[in-house]
Amino acid sequence: MSKLKKNEDEHYVAPFSAEVSFDELQDAPPSGKFRLSITGKIGVVVMVFWMFVALFGQFLAPFEENDLPFPDDYSEFQKPRPGAWLGTDVDDRDILSRVMYGAGRTIGISLAGVIIAYIIGVTLGIGSSIAGARIDLALTQFFNIMLAIPTIMFGLVVVAALGSSIPVLIITAGAIFSPVVFRLSRALGMEIMVMDFVEAAKVRGEGYRWIIFKEIWPNAAMPLISDFGLRFIYVILFVSSLSFLGLGVQPPMADWGSMVRENLGALQYGESVVPILAPAIAIASLTVGINLIVDDISAHAGGKLSGRL
Amino acid sequence: MFPILIKKIGAGLLTTLGVSIVIFIGTNLLPGDAAQIRLGQASTEDSLKALREELGLNLPLYQQYFRWLFNFVQGDFGTSLASGNVTIAQLISDRYENTLIVSSLTAMIGVPISVGLGIIAAMFPGTLYDRILTLGSVTLVAAPEFFTATLMVLFVVFFLGIGNAVVVGSIEDKNLVELITHFILPITTLCLVIAAQLIRMTRAAVLNVMSSPYIEMAILKGIPRRRVVMRHALLNAIGPIVNVIAINLAYVVTGVIVIEVYFGYSGLATLIVQGVQTRDYILIQTLGMIFCATYVILMLIADLSSILSNPRLRHPK
Amino acid sequence: MEKKVVFEASNLCINAVRDDGSELPIVKEVNFQVREGEVVALIGESGSGKTTIALSALGYCKPGLKISGGSTLLFDQDLSAMNIEELRQIRGEKVAYLAQSAIATFNPALKINEQVTESAVIHGSKTQPEADSFAKGLYGALDLPDPDNIGTRYPHQVSGGQLQRLMAAMALCGEPSLLVLDEPTTALDVTTQIEVLKAFKKVIRERGAAAIYVTHDLAVVAQIADRIVVLYNGDVQEKGSAKAVISEPRHPYTRRLMQAVRPLPAAGEKAKENILPDNVIEINGVSAGYGGDVMSNPKEVILKDINLQLARGEVLGIIGESGSGKSTLARVIAGLLPSFEGDILLDNQKLQPRLEDRPRSELRKIQFVYQMADTAINPKQTIGNILGRPLEFYLDMYGSKRKDRVLELLEMVELPKEFYTRFPHELSGGQKQRINLARALAAEPEVLLCDEVTSALDSIVGANVIELLRGLRKNLGVSFVFISHDLSTVSAFADTIAVMYKGIIAETGTVHKVLSPPSHPYTDLLISSVPELRVGWLEEADKNIQEAKNKLEQGNLT
Repeated sequence: MSKLKKNEDEHYVAPFSAEVSFDELQDAPPSGKFRLSITGKIGVVVMVFWMFVALFGQFLAPFEENDLPFPDDYSEFQKPRPGAWLGTDVDDRDILSRVMYGAGRTIGISLAGVIIAYIIGVTLGIGSSIAGARIDLALTQFFNIMLAIPTIMFGLVVVAALGSSIPVLIITAGAIFSPVVFRLSRALGMEIMVMDFVEAAKVRGEGYRWIIFKEIWPNAAMPLISDFGLRFIYVILFVSSLSFLGLGVQPPMADWGSMVRENLGALQYGESVVPILAPAIAIASLTVGINLIVDDISAHAGGKLSGRL
Repeated sequence: MFPILIKKIGAGLLTTLGVSIVIFIGTNLLPGDAAQIRLGQASTEDSLKALREELGLNLPLYQQYFRWLFNFVQGDFGTSLASGNVTIAQLISDRYENTLIVSSLTAMIGVPISVGLGIIAAMFPGTLYDRILTLGSVTLVAAPEFFTATLMVLFVVFFLGIGNAVVVGSIEDKNLVELITHFILPITTLCLVIAAQLIRMTRAAVLNVMSSPYIEMAILKGIPRRRVVMRHALLNAIGPIVNVIAINLAYVVTGVIVIEVYFGYSGLATLIVQGVQTRDYILIQTLGMIFCATYVILMLIADLSSILSNPRLRHPK
Repeated sequence: MEKKVVFEASNLCINAVRDDGSELPIVKEVNFQVREGEVVALIGESGSGKTTIALSALGYCKPGLKISGGSTLLFDQDLSAMNIEELRQIRGEKVAYLAQSAIATFNPALKINEQVTESAVIHGSKTQPEADSFAKGLYGALDLPDPDNIGTRYPHQVSGGQLQRLMAAMALCGEPSLLVLDEPTTALDVTTQIEVLKAFKKVIRERGAAAIYVTHDLAVVAQIADRIVVLYNGDVQEKGSAKAVISEPRHPYTRRLMQAVRPLPAAGEKAKENILPDNVIEINGVSAGYGGDVMSNPKEVILKDINLQLARGEVLGIIGESGSGKSTLARVIAGLLPSFEGDILLDNQKLQPRLEDRPRSELRKIQFVYQMADTAINPKQTIGNILGRPLEFYLDMYGSKRKDRVLELLEMVELPKEFYTRFPHELSGGQKQRINLARALAAEPEVLLCDEVTSALDSIVGANVIELLRGLRKNLGVSFVFISHDLSTVSAFADTIAVMYKGIIAETGTVHKVLSPPSHPYTDLLISSVPELRVGWLEEADKNIQEAKNKLEQGNLT
């Protein structure tokens, strides 16, 4: 039963050879390489698909966004049929083509918006974490006020003031989402600033530039990148919601959010669900796809990300 | 502990004040002032000047702000620019019921169910139940409100064949059950939207506590699982959970805007969209303040709950 | 007469399960018994599997681990065959656990008494009033103040040492037959450690409970254990009675462990090698503190009127317990915390109090070595860049010159050249500490400020680092300010010692002078609290410790 059932009182010494050195054991290797789960892989496929459509959709679409597929047979909300595989919308335009045109707009505006939010938020956030207490307090207070205004509300007021155009939408989205990015990057910056290696750099006499770019940034990059995905989702939802409220992308330009709005009648009068379902599924599949990827990444990073939201 | 509470409440007030400045300045950037809009095409230089003086628009901006703030705090919101001579208070009192009912019913139904589901998921991490719930909430949390709403309409109206896709009819003299059936689509949609977040965040909050050494200690002391969760874990998770609830209720405040438009019934949210479309900036100012103040209060509750639940602060040395 | 066997592990194997499903053995065919009234120590360094083995006595594996073979028998019942409910019945009732950190293992939201008594009440062995009065008795037996009321407090309202003893009460309240103690005194200051150790020993003996005592500290083991099991990498290396293992260790690993425990040096002046007559650093009347206006009038004054000299080539040891201000002193010298009074002279030149006002040439001369290598080196930089940066920054070395010098530095701290391209996470704790040291050396400093550089390391690794420091000192002529809470480490390496107590220098002088009587009562307390590696020391030391304490309390601070 046992390999060495001995008398417990005996002084037992394990066999050893003279050469064996009892060196310090290596630290456990870092948790395995990052691998996507099945759901994460599905997310990647969906995201790549929509990125492709966003880039090339308008060249591949069977019709121009405002063309009628059946000029001789005008009737709103036609059921899917050959020539218009997703049917037609409230103005008898081809839904498939409009979804393909809308992809570029919805994704493009959101991506540009989230990039602006990141440029503002990360610069000021990291800056705030190493600047003096006074600047930090002023910036934090300012962004706290901005955070206290619900995003949609903010968007509504800006659009009311400046009118709705694509540049306004991009800048608004960037401005609205920069406080959240600011808060995250400031928190990350603060967290890293108190690490001994940053203090070691200060004791060495390093300037701000070295501390920001060589000590803080490499350690903040990964969490910021995975948050970027999440923020991208929220910007897509924001831009689509504004369009849905009629204050985003203006007709006759196609955009997923405004397509839902235009065709709301189809559902309300019980005519057809495709005109609404198609753009709604487009948005949902894209955002859910990105979220599945982000979820995998944050699970790999120890799920810390969700705690920061 | 009191100094911290007072500090937090003070900070909340200051934030509200800051928000009011942002809203006031923001709405003042809107093209045209109240006098121009009210007089419209019929305006002359003299009549504009007279009306501006009457409305105080010739005063410096900061004086206008204090005047507005002073009136606002006293409940005098001013008169709508777009809807003839109707006061803002009148407009709001006509509309607030729908919004209030839908939001509070959502909170009453959605919050306890979601928090419960989240806690159960955290009690049995990695089980099939947990995985389904997690995947479901990962999906729903990222989907736009109108996608969830469309699914609800498909299910309720097209599949079950109940009611229709628009909320119609009066809510007068309805009891609770009738109200719930009346608003079944907006309520279930909003519940699903916040449930996704709430389940995820509650689960994370409880799991975070469950991984503490004192929980391991309780298990090693031979404490039954029920008691470990109910007494040892939940007591420490209450703060974070209330925090999560407040954050999500604050989200309802904005989520409700899209839902009202989608289901085509009128409430405060549609009123603000209408205000934006008609550039009725006095209406926007007032509603903006109401929404933001609600938001700030909920966030303050979130903050206070985490302070109050900290035993170190409740029982100082 | 054969005593009853309380716990027996036979051929116990425990594996870690990785994410990809593959398994890694953590514990390999371990055999040992614990008999009635007997304390068995599991001793080993990190990675030895000692905690994992100890937890198996409660039928518990940490998440990610699983028992893959062998058996664990508690009173001849197989723990691995029990279901959750059966395990719950024995946990807390027959076998109880004491963890390393009481602060983490007490639930912050519940009162102490509830946590102490709940296990006994839930298992039905005592009613709540019975458990309450039993607990009060335990508080008294553990020398806790105010036994009648201490249970009504919350965990954060008592001190760390008290909480550690309260945890013992929590374990003993169910009157278990077997106690599992996992490094229960490691996190404590030396003087507190002795008190807690004494209290543990007393209650274990009085109650005749059997115990498994997990630790890395041989000197502690010598005081409390009847038998010792020495573990390395999940395998038993040596096993026998405490007397036998300590007085005649047979396995080379045990011998190395013993060598790493440094006894206090015998009295007698050390030869003053390499020490030159001039002072590198002079600290004259320095006071510093935190909060408020740090530069002129801080809210909380930590250091009061510090006067110290460090001769060129000398090692100045600074010793004190947590809160004594020893780390603050290092920060003041480095300029991280400006002093508000007094001067620091470097090479007879006055140093600016603030780091920002010091020129680069002065910064180069004083280098700081941090305690935790894990946080002190940037995880996202290669070793080559970590060591190369000071070369660029202070010495204008670039390109191949820089690389050659980095390789030299690696050699100096006895690390292979291949480390040049590695990242910190690919290194072990001791290797990281060497990199940490090499980075400071790269600046070619005159003074190294070493803040607890060995206290986060295992004893053998720590001893090797001290050995390395000695060699560097001999070859490079660097002066050291060596800060530690561990008197034996300091006195083994330092030429002079400054004893810090509540922000002042209680005593200073050569190692010989400080260690030989008459000393400051606090120094006496420290000296008498250092455990010696022999059985029976605890009982003898007790008298001296009490004497020193009494003197300290009387305010006899001359």
